[in-house]
Amino acid sequence: MFGYLVRRVLAAIPVMGVVAVFVFLLLRLTPGDPAAIIAGDQASPEQLERIRISLGLNEPIYTQFFTWIGKVLRGDLGVSLISQVPVVQMIGQRIEPTVSLALSTIILSIVVAVPLGVIAAWKHGSLVDKGVMSLSVLGFSIPVFVIGYILIQIFAIELKWLPVQGFRSLSRGLWPFFERALLPTLTLSFIYIALIARMTRAAVLDVLGEDYVRTARAKGIAEHAVLLRHALRNAAVPVITVIGTGFALLISGVVVTESVFNLPGIGRLTVDAVLARDYPVIQGMILLTSGLYVLINLLIDVAYTLLDPRIRY
Amino acid sequence: MVDVVRVLRRWVCRPALLSGVAVSAAMTLSAAAEAKTLTAVMHSDLRVTDPIITTAYITRNHGYMIFDTLLALDEAFKVRPQMADWKVSDDRLTYTFTLRDGLKWHDGKPVTAEDCVASLKRWAARDGMGQKLMDMTASLTASDERTITLKLKEPYGLVLESIAKPSSIVPFMMPRRIAETPPDKAIGEQIGSGPFRFVQAEFQPGVKAVYEKNKDYVPRAEKASWAAGGKVVKVDRVEWITMPDAQTAVNALMSGEIDFIEQPPIDLLPILAASKEVKVHNTNALGYQTMGRMNFLHPPFDNPKIRRAALLALNQKDVLDALIGNPQYYRICGAMFVCGTPLETEVGAETLVRKTGMEEAKKLLAEAGYDGTPIVLMQPTDVGTLKAQPIVASQLLRAAGFKVDMQAMDWQTLVTRRASQKPPKEGGWNMFFTNWVGADVFNPLVNVSLNGRGRGAWFGWPDDPKLEAFRDAYSRAGSLDEQKTIARDLQAYAYEQAIYIPLGQYIVPSAWRTELTGVLDGPAPYFWNIDKAD
Repeated sequence: MFGYLVRRVLAAIPVMGVVAVFVFLLLRLTPGDPAAIIAGDQASPEQLERIRISLGLNEPIYTQFFTWIGKVLRGDLGVSLISQVPVVQMIGQRIEPTVSLALSTIILSIVVAVPLGVIAAWKHGSLVDKGVMSLSVLGFSIPVFVIGYILIQIFAIELKWLPVQGFRSLSRGLWPFFERALLPTLTLSFIYIALIARMTRAAVLDVLGEDYVRTARAKGIAEHAVLLRHALRNAAVPVITVIGTGFALLISGVVVTESVFNLPGIGRLTVDAVLARDYPVIQGMILLTSGLYVLINLLIDVAYTLLDPRIRY
Repeated sequence: MVDVVRVLRRWVCRPALLSGVAVSAAMTLSAAAEAKTLTAVMHSDLRVTDPIITTAYITRNHGYMIFDTLLALDEAFKVRPQMADWKVSDDRLTYTFTLRDGLKWHDGKPVTAEDCVASLKRWAARDGMGQKLMDMTASLTASDERTITLKLKEPYGLVLESIAKPSSIVPFMMPRRIAETPPDKAIGEQIGSGPFRFVQAEFQPGVKAVYEKNKDYVPRAEKASWAAGGKVVKVDRVEWITMPDAQTAVNALMSGEIDFIEQPPIDLLPILAASKEVKVHNTNALGYQTMGRMNFLHPPFDNPKIRRAALLALNQKDVLDALIGNPQYYRICGAMFVCGTPLETEVGAETLVRKTGMEEAKKLLAEAGYDGTPIVLMQPTDVGTLKAQPIVASQLLRAAGFKVDMQAMDWQTLVTRRASQKPPKEGGWNMFFTNWVGADVFNPLVNVSLNGRGRGAWFGWPDDPKLEAFRDAYSRAGSLDEQKTIARDLQAYAYEQAIYIPLGQYIVPSAWRTELTGVLDGPAPYFWNIDKAD
């Protein structure tokens, strides 16, 4: 297993390298000029040109690339062209809201969706099954921002139980953190509950028809033990895959939810950087995101071995 | 698996561990919590913090928080002393500015005349009005610690108006070591002498900017009026919070989570106006001017008759109806130097304001021999206040006989393409639209669209010595009456040549909680003089 992990980590290095080259070139080919954002609407062409020179944007692309990649290899993602703040610092400021929201969403989704999916499979064709599947379709269909606004209207505006917006770090206390994280978590969970519940139902349904489940039942094992120990564990591989990719998607930014609840996460950081053509920030974000995807995929693969002893690397 | 469980356990247990930390943190934070804090959502997030390198209004607003100015304009358009008083020699060639007592930078050092000279020079290298002032200046020196002497080559009527310029780029004063930063490189420190200090440690670009009351600031004794008079700070902290979603900002204001929204969208104003806890008021009487600009370098708009035909085809009402909708928030105004200023006149704008030019436009277009060259008209789809103008203009231009190629793009692409002087087929353009704060166009020198220096002029690049002659004459005018006459003639000429097309004036009211009192009017939002009830 250790050898496998080392091989996977080493294999990630060329992947990251290709991502770095691709992103760098793509950004330089996209129309846009950070100097224009800095200079503002009244700047003359000469002033724009002078700012471009001072930012090093007139250097040949290969020179810019090697300067940037040299810094990245030393752990320096550069400085924002627009705000002059180090990219690492900007990402550091934004990572906590994103990670908090991703974790709370994925935990809530698993806690709700997995039992729902198992029950729906167990009661296949019943009203309970149909109810769960209908709710699942609803969860997929309603746009996230609509759910967000409805929750804000009910719990923040009408009932005044929770704040409308914002984020408080856990370091400022559990309740301030929780009261601001609850609505965005609920909002985002709708779609993930729908997704995981459907996947769990389908996977468990497949397994329930297997011979070993029939054997377990024939041996008189209690139904809950059949479902949890025999069916769910064997159905877990596809469910874990969905949870893993869902988590990666949440980490890489949920810009609509972040906007509706005014959460200063990395989704908004990325979108703002793209709109301003803030190259170092975009490059840093994409490198970080691709690294996270590699890591999460690795963790999913490791999880397979823990859940299914037949899988060995 | 064990590791995963351990990590999970660490996360689950973390809040419990943190609760201890939270108690001590809460004690530390209690001081901040007790501070009187004003939370505002501004029109944009602060990213560039150097108010000299950029003309962005959010950075100008940031500049007003932490920097001060030598002079300032009041609501009657009169220049008033701020950091300095002044004297003018009898021959009108020497201006002597004397710094007032008690001026200190945020690092505790005294403000000196040398700091101000360096600041003026850096500002003048970036600002059009500043460049003009320096063209007329023989010397700008610090005579002693508190005296700045400006000697002119010849009498120039706009010395004080230049130094009291209220909008981008405002001549803010900085310590010499900062002001000596090259004008095309952003400053590294945020040290001013203004009424607030910038809290660098809490600055998160795109999230929030925090300002604390500068307890060493000595305000002037006069009543505050625009950026002039006493800048008395009545709150301990001001936090600018970025909220990308306007509906969220409105909800937050109504629930009391924030105190002030600089520019709520027009369509959400009725919700705010209906709330008893919120006041909606326009603080910027001059508002904004929306305008169209043609490219003078390439066909068909290199032909003055065709430019004029385009101007005749457009009208302000159709544009403003599409852009703003509610007439309560817009004004049909043909004045290039905006309505509500001493230079207001509608000469030359008759067809724009009366919507009577279409037939003449068709006739003129035929006379000019327009060959059907398509007009590349750029439409920014991601800026709410710039989306409608290109659509209306395209329709009206087509009705007059133009062939229009309206190209949708994001604002970033537009500003990049706008800088290209190549023909439209090679990535250039023919027409675009933008908006100006009234104070940025309210006289012939600050109005960059009237610069006629060809390829060195503002985008569109009109090469028109007569325009420059008008601007020179205006800068030398000795009285307001003379200035008015020149401005009137300049406007008539600019309309005749279709230098640019003013498409009306609109306002964007601000909204704030009724707990706030003392919100000042002005071309920029000011946060001094505002008090917040407990």
